[in-house]
Amino acid sequence: MALYNFKRIQPVPAANDFLDIVLSRTQRKTPTVIHKSYKIGRIRQFYMRKVKFTQDTFEEKLKAMLEEFPKLDDIHPFYADLMNVLYDKDHYKLALGQINTARHLIDQVAKEYVRLLKFGDSLYRCKQLKKAALGRMATIMKRQKDSLAYLEQVRQHLSRLPSIDPNTRTLLVCGYPNVGKSSFMNKVTRADVDVQPYAFTTKSLFVGHMDYKYLRWQVIDTPGILDHPLEQMNTIEMQSVTALAHLRACILFFMDLSEHCGYSVEDQINDFYQIKLYHNIKPLFTNKPTFIVINKIDIVRPENLPVEQQDMLKEITEKDGAQIIQLSCHTDEGVMDARNIVKLKGQKINDVINKIHLAEPQARDNVARPPIIPEEVKGRSLFNINDPNRRKLERDLEVENGGPGVYSVDLNKLYIVKDPEWKYDSIPEIIDGKNIADFIDPDIQEKLDLLEREEERLENEGVYDSVEEIVDSEDEALRNLATEIREKKKSIIQAHRSKKMMKNRPILPRTVKTKSIEEMEEQLGKLGLDTSAVRARSLTRKRKRDDDGDSDHMDIDRSPSDLKSRRLGLSVTRDRSVAGLTIGQQKQTAKYRKFAQRRPNQHAKAGEADRSIQVKRPKHLFSKKSSIGKRDWR
Amino acid sequence: MRLEKCYFCSSTIYPGHGTMFVRNDSKVFRFCRSKCNAAFKHKRNPRKVRWTKAFRKAAGKEMTIDSTFEFEKRRNVPVRYDRELVTTTVKALKRVTEIRAKRERVFYKNRMAGNKEREKAEFISEVQRNIELVQAPSTKIKTQVSKILEKKTQKQLQEQDMEVDG
Repeated sequence: MALYNFKRIQPVPAANDFLDIVLSRTQRKTPTVIHKSYKIGRIRQFYMRKVKFTQDTFEEKLKAMLEEFPKLDDIHPFYADLMNVLYDKDHYKLALGQINTARHLIDQVAKEYVRLLKFGDSLYRCKQLKKAALGRMATIMKRQKDSLAYLEQVRQHLSRLPSIDPNTRTLLVCGYPNVGKSSFMNKVTRADVDVQPYAFTTKSLFVGHMDYKYLRWQVIDTPGILDHPLEQMNTIEMQSVTALAHLRACILFFMDLSEHCGYSVEDQINDFYQIKLYHNIKPLFTNKPTFIVINKIDIVRPENLPVEQQDMLKEITEKDGAQIIQLSCHTDEGVMDARNIVKLKGQKINDVINKIHLAEPQARDNVARPPIIPEEVKGRSLFNINDPNRRKLERDLEVENGGPGVYSVDLNKLYIVKDPEWKYDSIPEIIDGKNIADFIDPDIQEKLDLLEREEERLENEGVYDSVEEIVDSEDEALRNLATEIREKKKSIIQAHRSKKMMKNRPILPRTVKTKSIEEMEEQLGKLGLDTSAVRARSLTRKRKRDDDGDSDHMDIDRSPSDLKSRRLGLSVTRDRSVAGLTIGQQKQTAKYRKFAQRRPNQHAKAGEADRSIQVKRPKHLFSKKSSIGKRDWR
Repeated sequence: MRLEKCYFCSSTIYPGHGTMFVRNDSKVFRFCRSKCNAAFKHKRNPRKVRWTKAFRKAAGKEMTIDSTFEFEKRRNVPVRYDRELVTTTVKALKRVTEIRAKRERVFYKNRMAGNKEREKAEFISEVQRNIELVQAPSTKIKTQVSKILEKKTQKQLQEQDMEVDG
């Protein structure tokens, strides 16, 4: 039912309210603070924005309105006609058209004033332009007062229309006023339609729903129709006619033979009102299953009627194929039967039958295409388990060869190979680190021959001839020399690197570092130089000192022990820990110290050198209560 | 059973060895050992890692264009088993491998052909520059070196003459 739901249309405000809404929205959603000291560009921007925003809001609201109201050309003809009957098509279209024009006009006004605002040279002028723009928009909107009011009324009425689905299974109840249409409706569905003992109680269409065999049926109760020409019908009757004309439904034409309704079946001689009505509106029933429902049989049954009237009824049934149903809403007699009879007459098959296509293939040519049966199969006889000469199945083989679990199926026998001997070959897969499968190629021999020929050619061309390398003795010498140089270089770099490695040691500057004479001697010797001059100086000087026993000085008598003590004194360390100990004793103490340290070291215990806190919580600092400011001096 | 190739280093993977990784687009990657697998996981490009076959081939260090390569292929054409065909194939396989090895040797030789000359030039420059490191700069050595160099230049001149004559 989502298709025709007119309840969702937004309310249409009156023209004044509309203006209030739009203008207050502009006020709320656009900036409000502006000063004349601002740059003129900014001021223009400010007012242009206001104008544009107002126009946008108008546009948005009006567009929404235009979209929401149903377009008469787009909706189902039933609704279109109903709306025509109820609200007058011309009036409706005109109102919507006017709203659309207003929208365009507002758009134009906004454009014009935005263009003007671009040339506004002061805050004041800009403001005046904006005021004018909004004023003109407001005027345009105010002129739409009547259309808006009309549309609001239409909206309210539309939202109260019963939601009739024109495309579903429908029962349409029609007939003269006051013949019991609404009573039937109340009986059959759960709708609660007002029933009163006077004509035209029902003034509009009503919808009720009922279930029959798990299918939902829509029952439409229409206002009564009087028998007069279409032009003279009023709005209420026209609604019924619209429904009859446009809804594909099963029609129940109600008749009251008792004439309790105030209209005779056939008034005296010529006026057969109800039957006349039937004949009048009969064109609307074409292609629709029609039933004539004779109501109020508790009062009069058709059998009890005069013969002429019976004949008239008979005529209808015979001519038009309409079926007569008798019921009484008062006593409930025949109501349920009526319901069921109506339903049984399905019209579905007619809907479906034109969609069904039965295809019958036709021969495309004269070529015969018989089924293909292999020769082998043709010769076979039907398999019969009791036949001793029957074909041997794999199952039989299994039983013969030790049964399940022992017998293993021989699949190789099914192999299709040129020579049956090959069936049980074990096929090699890998050789020399290669997949044999990758080399398998039906014309490998040709390819190999080609390769062999190529190989021969290459050999003839001398590609494989190896050139003997002549080793020159001078080259050899050169190589050896170069290698020696390279090794030397390498060792120098190595030495340098190892020196460079800090290992957490202090670095002595290069100038302080000394090289021993021995090193120098060795180095030069390696280079093949004469090293005698290296030692020469030191040796001579040393000798000089030693031989300095010349007689210029006083000859002092020195004992050898004296000499020794002097030397010792010079070389003695000034370490207090070993002061007063002989060298032997020093060594001894060092040894003992080490020994004493050994066990703690082994157990990773704290030694003398480790930091230690002797007393963790000294008593004098932690005993007794203390007041503020005591702790630091205690 | 098939021998697969390692995705990374292209070495042969025998059945029961290596690792296989199947990516969620169902591409299969096989690795000969954890080294290759780890390299793959580090998103290394095998063409840029020097020790892989892919690098060596891309860098022209190995023979890539040769008719012997045409024999080993995944042909994806089912061929019915034929004992004779398999026998010839095995024979052909051995012969092809042999030829390839031969050609590879030649390829290697050609690749290394210029090395001797270059090496010698390097040696000479080395000796010229750094002879002091091993020998004292005596006249004897110098003459020795200069002799070698002289010989070399002479040779070159001769060669040039030969070329001119030829």
